[in-house]
Amino acid sequence: MATVEEKAGSGGRRVSEEVLKGFFREMLLIRRFEEKVEERFRAGELPGFLHVAIGQEAAATGVCAALERDDVIASTHRAHAHAIAKGTPVERIMAELYGKVEGCSRGYGGSMHLYDVAVGNLGANAVVAGGIPGIVGAALAFQMRGEPRVAVAFFGDGATNTGTFHESLNLAQLWKVPAVFSLENNGWAESTPARQQLPLPVDELAKRALAYGMKTIEADGQDVEAVYLAALAAREHAVAGKGPVLVHLRTHRLTGHYVGDPQVYRDKDELRRERETKDPIELLRARLELSESELETIDAAATAEVTAAVEFAKAGTDPPPEDALKYVYA
Amino acid sequence: MPEVTYREAVRDALTHALRTDERVFLMGEDIGEMGGSMGVTQGLLDEFGPKRIRNTPISEMAIVGTGIGSAMQGMRPVVEIMYEDFLTLSMEQLVNQAAKHRTMSGGQVSVPLTIRTQGGAGWSPGAQHAQQLEAWFVHVPGLKVVFASTPADVRGLLWASIQDENPVLFFEHRTLYPIKGEVPDELEPIPLGRARIHREGEDVTVVATGRLVHEALEAAEAAEQEGISVEVVDPRTLQPLDEETILESVRKTTRCVTAHEAVTRGGFGAELAAVVQHGAFDWLDAPIERVGAKFGPLPFAPALEQWVVPHAADVLDAVRRTVARA
Ligand SMILES: Cc1ncc(C[n+]2csc(CCOP(=O)(O)OP(=O)(O)O)c2C)c(N)n1
Ligand SMILES: [Mg+2]
Repeated sequence: MATVEEKAGSGGRRVSEEVLKGFFREMLLIRRFEEKVEERFRAGELPGFLHVAIGQEAAATGVCAALERDDVIASTHRAHAHAIAKGTPVERIMAELYGKVEGCSRGYGGSMHLYDVAVGNLGANAVVAGGIPGIVGAALAFQMRGEPRVAVAFFGDGATNTGTFHESLNLAQLWKVPAVFSLENNGWAESTPARQQLPLPVDELAKRALAYGMKTIEADGQDVEAVYLAALAAREHAVAGKGPVLVHLRTHRLTGHYVGDPQVYRDKDELRRERETKDPIELLRARLELSESELETIDAAATAEVTAAVEFAKAGTDPPPEDALKYVYA
Repeated sequence: MPEVTYREAVRDALTHALRTDERVFLMGEDIGEMGGSMGVTQGLLDEFGPKRIRNTPISEMAIVGTGIGSAMQGMRPVVEIMYEDFLTLSMEQLVNQAAKHRTMSGGQVSVPLTIRTQGGAGWSPGAQHAQQLEAWFVHVPGLKVVFASTPADVRGLLWASIQDENPVLFFEHRTLYPIKGEVPDELEPIPLGRARIHREGEDVTVVATGRLVHEALEAAEAAEQEGISVEVVDPRTLQPLDEETILESVRKTTRCVTAHEAVTRGGFGAELAAVVQHGAFDWLDAPIERVGAKFGPLPFAPALEQWVVPHAADVLDAVRRTVARA
């Protein structure tokens, strides 16, 4: 079966500097948000446990920027960046992490279950690959109703080892639904490195989609422009009725799997090198040649927004315990 | 007798099994370098190497299925499913394969597979990381189900489970890993199907599992202050079930409370209540009270989560209700 592979940007498309600056602002906002929640978690203010997307900001930002407001996404345990990029105000995400009624899931979901249906976030899933089939279903609904919308599943390399992933891709391709599978391949599933979980070379993971005859697009997950163009091309393909697309984004998890992970399994020098050379925000900053003062202005705005989000969250309302069963049935 | 944590006790049983039986090996997600997400398998990779401590991809169905196949071929696999919530992904292999091969083959094969998993609330992970699903598996003939509540029990029962010829679902409770308790010097298997009486009493029998054993013991202390004498029994294995010990206890006390963290509706307490009403009908002085979680997915916010799951106070209330009846 013939399949198409193309490099992002091969259409000669480019993104204006203004747009790139917008991406930069969002990526920095995500970074500052993640750093803040790490800090607040360590201070004992946030219940449960957290996975942050430090190092993966370009993937979330680039993909969501290519979507229309009524396109939908499903996210993973590493959910904050996707939620921010899809348009949920950070204060509502922060309030969720504090378990407040003002949270985007009203305090019922938590870090791994961020929902915001109004902006097309159909929810984040704590079960690896758990959200992928639902995205096929959302895309099926769009197809059946003839709506020019796409549904996007975010997931990691580890998720591609589940049966859920394979069954979903197979069905999506069979029915040619307008779905985009956004694979954030950071080469790790918790402590398990690519070589212990993938029989393929880590950079060739998109081959899994080729088995279903699905179109794949490769992009450097640390390059937000490449991610954006890849997602844009994928969206166009899907929405034109040509079938689903797997977008393979090679990315880097520049922190532990969860906040507090001592990463005993990880080579510290390699991690340091990755931090120095693969930070998507640093890469974009260098490319945009932002002046110190410009950078400071953007950073100050991001930091202020995140700080205000913490204040908003802390001032939020605790759900009354006896409301615990309020949403069990419709 | 040495004092160890529940976590160390599990590790101790695994180590012992790996040292003494070369057919034993472990499979699971992140059980290698990281030592498991609960730290249970820490150090095992160093001692036994990657052939016997096998880190797996995120493939719960394949992990259990591979365990089944290798068990049928004479190995003694112990697989770890990181959270019992993820047993749902391996359900087909557990329910239709592991549980049924022996019967379907007319006794030609057996599946000596141990599936370790853990769960439990009390740390606000949300709805998909803290369920208590043990009752589901009691409904599947061909499986054995263990739920240990103390270091000594978890060690002896795990060793017995690994030696068992059948597939055993072995439940650990997340909040119990740090608790300490004495264990015998020598590791002896604790036979499956024997309840443990934790505390003798005259007025009410509380049959509790997992974390609720500890809550029941706390409730029993409080009840004592009110002049109510409570006996606490932990079945330890839900299948096979030591009906005799439970019935004897209830015939003595004439009242019964069941207690587990899983939701009450359709929970193991329902089975216990059926067993008790049938086997001790003429002795009962009060309706059997059931303590369990309220009927909803676990919400995230700590106050909501705590409101849903049962505590010692709920056990105490149930005890009082049974006494108030007579
Ligand atoms: C079905 C299932 N199995 C295991 C887990 C535990 N777990 C949570 S995240 C994770 C690793 C996921 O790796 P990947 O999909 O690559 O995402 P990443 O964490 O790298 O973003 C694992 C094993 C889970 N949540 N769900
Ligand atoms: Mg990964």
